[in-house]
Amino acid sequence: MLDQTEGYTTEDGRKIGGVVMEMKNITLRFGGVVAIQDISFDVREGEIRAIIGPNGAGKSSMLNVISGFYNPQEGEVWYKGEKRPQMKPYQVAQQGIARTFQNIALFEGMSVLDNVMTGRIRQMKSGLFSQSFWKGKAEREEVENRAFVERIIDFLEIQHIRKTPVGRLPYGLKKRVELARALAAEPSILLLDEPMAGMNVEEKEDMSRFVLDVNDEFGTTIVLIEHDMGVVMDLSDRVVVMDYGKKIGDGTPDEVRSNQAVIDAYLGVAHD
Amino acid sequence: MAQSSRGADGLSSIPALLQRNAAQFGAKPAYREKEYGIWQSWTWAEAEQEIEALALGLLTLGVNKGDFVAVIGRNRPYFYWSMVAAQSVGAIPVPVYQDSASDEMAYVLDHCGARFAIVEDQEQVDKIIDIQDELHLFEHIIYVDPRGLRKYDHHKLHQYSHVQEQGRAAREEFIGDLKARRDALDYDSTCVMLYTSGTTGKPKGVVLSNRNIIEASKSSSEFDHLTRNEEVLAYLPMAWVGDFIFSIGQAYWCGFCVNCPESPDTMQVDLREIGPTYYFAPPRVFETQLTNVMIRMEDASRMKQWLFHTFMEHARKVGPAILDGKSVSGWDRLKYRLGGLLVYGPLKDTLGFGRVRVGYTAGEAIGPEIFDFYRSLGINLKQLYGQTEASVFITLQPDGEVYSDTVGVAAPGVELKIAESGEVFYRGDGVFEEYYKNAESTASTKDAEGWVATGDAGFIDDKTGHLKIIDRAKDVGKMADGSLFAPKYVENKLKFYPNILEAVVFGNGREQCTAFINIDLNAVGNWAERNNIGYASYQELAGHPRVLETVKEHVEEVNRSLAEDPMLAHCQVHRFLVLHKELDADDGEMTRTRKVRRGVISEKFEELLAALYDGSTEKFTTTEVTYEDGRKGSISATLKIVDAEVVPVAQEKVAAE
Repeated sequence: MLDQTEGYTTEDGRKIGGVVMEMKNITLRFGGVVAIQDISFDVREGEIRAIIGPNGAGKSSMLNVISGFYNPQEGEVWYKGEKRPQMKPYQVAQQGIARTFQNIALFEGMSVLDNVMTGRIRQMKSGLFSQSFWKGKAEREEVENRAFVERIIDFLEIQHIRKTPVGRLPYGLKKRVELARALAAEPSILLLDEPMAGMNVEEKEDMSRFVLDVNDEFGTTIVLIEHDMGVVMDLSDRVVVMDYGKKIGDGTPDEVRSNQAVIDAYLGVAHD
Repeated sequence: MAQSSRGADGLSSIPALLQRNAAQFGAKPAYREKEYGIWQSWTWAEAEQEIEALALGLLTLGVNKGDFVAVIGRNRPYFYWSMVAAQSVGAIPVPVYQDSASDEMAYVLDHCGARFAIVEDQEQVDKIIDIQDELHLFEHIIYVDPRGLRKYDHHKLHQYSHVQEQGRAAREEFIGDLKARRDALDYDSTCVMLYTSGTTGKPKGVVLSNRNIIEASKSSSEFDHLTRNEEVLAYLPMAWVGDFIFSIGQAYWCGFCVNCPESPDTMQVDLREIGPTYYFAPPRVFETQLTNVMIRMEDASRMKQWLFHTFMEHARKVGPAILDGKSVSGWDRLKYRLGGLLVYGPLKDTLGFGRVRVGYTAGEAIGPEIFDFYRSLGINLKQLYGQTEASVFITLQPDGEVYSDTVGVAAPGVELKIAESGEVFYRGDGVFEEYYKNAESTASTKDAEGWVATGDAGFIDDKTGHLKIIDRAKDVGKMADGSLFAPKYVENKLKFYPNILEAVVFGNGREQCTAFINIDLNAVGNWAERNNIGYASYQELAGHPRVLETVKEHVEEVNRSLAEDPMLAHCQVHRFLVLHKELDADDGEMTRTRKVRRGVISEKFEELLAALYDGSTEKFTTTEVTYEDGRKGSISATLKIVDAEVVPVAQEKVAAE
């Protein structure tokens, strides 16, 4: 049923595996408004998959469907060869899907370190009692998780703000902290909702490098939404293009770039 | 000759000192680096193993005696080990500034013909690969951080840890060879080659022998009674001679521990955690720290502000005297001790200076207020005067004889001489061997008797017997009326104001002096915030009328103080402008050690300079800037030219008649 064909090798020599997630004929409505209409696409293991489209195209809704925030009225989500039942976001997270948000959703009063530690919740199994007294298992767990989190802090080069409350950080760094928290969950699929929105060129370059490094270093599959076409075309292996809730294109950046429907959507052709 | 080619106790090379340290106190920490939020440490015995493994690895890669090995990275134990490992196999380490642009790096690497490079990460590997495409120098590149490098062609590219593994695996085979090469090192073998940043012209490769480094380290360590229990924080560029002396020379001679910060941005936190006992920083660092303290005090509660100001006033009065062991009344001592409890102690701890026993600053003149601030807290901050060519030490201030405007007495084993022109000469054991492949420069700098020209003009102060430096000898000029023109002296006076980051004074051969000024974004930005002055960019802030007004006040104050000194009264600044961009090493306006390149600046801003002298009140200009990644752009602005009041010099006419 599910297309499990071998996968492919990218131009720069990365091995892309079989299909890990497949969206089948997803339709999502809010009352009378159709946010997503009959969209299907797949995500392969280890690839960087982008979803692009003009404002209001339904990109974030799509991401919210994947992460379990919304349950579509029609269609199926297949994950690792199985059809996924209706799930709560935390259940989706437990399956190894982590995300960042378009409008940063961090704990402003907590330090960067504590924020990133919250990403490890899924790995903390000790009970209330041992957590309260910080004995035995709780202590061991904390040490292990802190060590893991420190590697991510090092990876994303945010050592200097480790103890800084998130509320005091500039926007670009907050975005990076969000990425750190998502990575702390050791996701197999990472969903990034406009990771570069509102950034300056230098911050965008940094973020692009981190996205590539995450994919390269941890083999994480990445699904990202992005407005900046340049960034998308450089980063992603395959691109889904949405417009007014419909899929109007799907393929490699080159294919998408030469797709007439995509050009129309971006250059603004009158809709019927 | 045979005798002089070995050092004391046969310790005539850095690898020999390493062997001694590992044998005598192998369990003592030699290196620490903060990684993953925790201080990792290596004992002398462990460091010796790491270095041996790397040295063996270098042998398996085919490093020959006399090869140059470029070392490019920030201060990390791995790079210190790389240098010593290179020495162990008879090669010559060449540390290179890691932030230098591709073409600067290419010049240095081509000049020494490095066959091997040990670098930090992808950024450096990319630079080297760019250079390699043109120069075809390298046989092997070794990197420490593998991130992002997996897809690269690994025929000539090796991971540091893998080279060490190969070395360990091939120990049997190569250990004899390694020992033979290590034992062959003597006092005359080259210890390191360092490129001077060069305020003019291309960088020169200064060849320093084991004798230079070890003798300089030994005598300076004795001068300040350094022991194996010191802690230093290695954070200054590894390509700079000072870091080589402090973190390798003295560290190996004394056997003390070198601590490496987690990242350049965490330096302040790491400094506080380590609490070094021996500390070096250029004046700029002390300045920035003081500015930060003052800014933060303004946000403190009234009570705290009162405590701070009351006790700092007291400290300024008696602190330096107590530090120098002079007599101070019992009441003042008691009050100072109370201040130590309430203010000085916590402040020193916050700054990371809680344990500093010996602190040095050098490189530029330090503002007297800044210098006194630290000394009044009880920090034994002193000044030294040095050069790459001298293995750092030319003069040092002894404990108890510290002045903000001198650089001290001749270092042990160094002789001083002031030429008629006012230029300072020195000779001693630390004096460099030669400039690599540049016999001409060697000859013009070092004479047959071993005297080296410093290029600085100075004199011995009658009162203290200390050396005083006025300026670069070639920068000291004459104004149109024949009076002395000492730009740096004036610039330093201007730079003592926290609002002024950089100043460039012109006036050689002219009727009057003028200046370009760079504001300090930190200090001025903070002031703007407090006064509700909005600004969007450096350029806008620099052009703000109230900023210009403030700078004008500073310039006029400097003029008044210059007028008091008949020698320098002519150097008063008549007109100035505030530049629309920060002077930057990437644009070639400063050296990597942040010294202004007067020539480059006056050429690049030629039209602005002309405007300073043609009486116009503003000038439109466009300037090319280079971004960190090497791309170019341009910025343009209309700059106001401000007239500053000068104190009339009346005596001059009398003298002339």
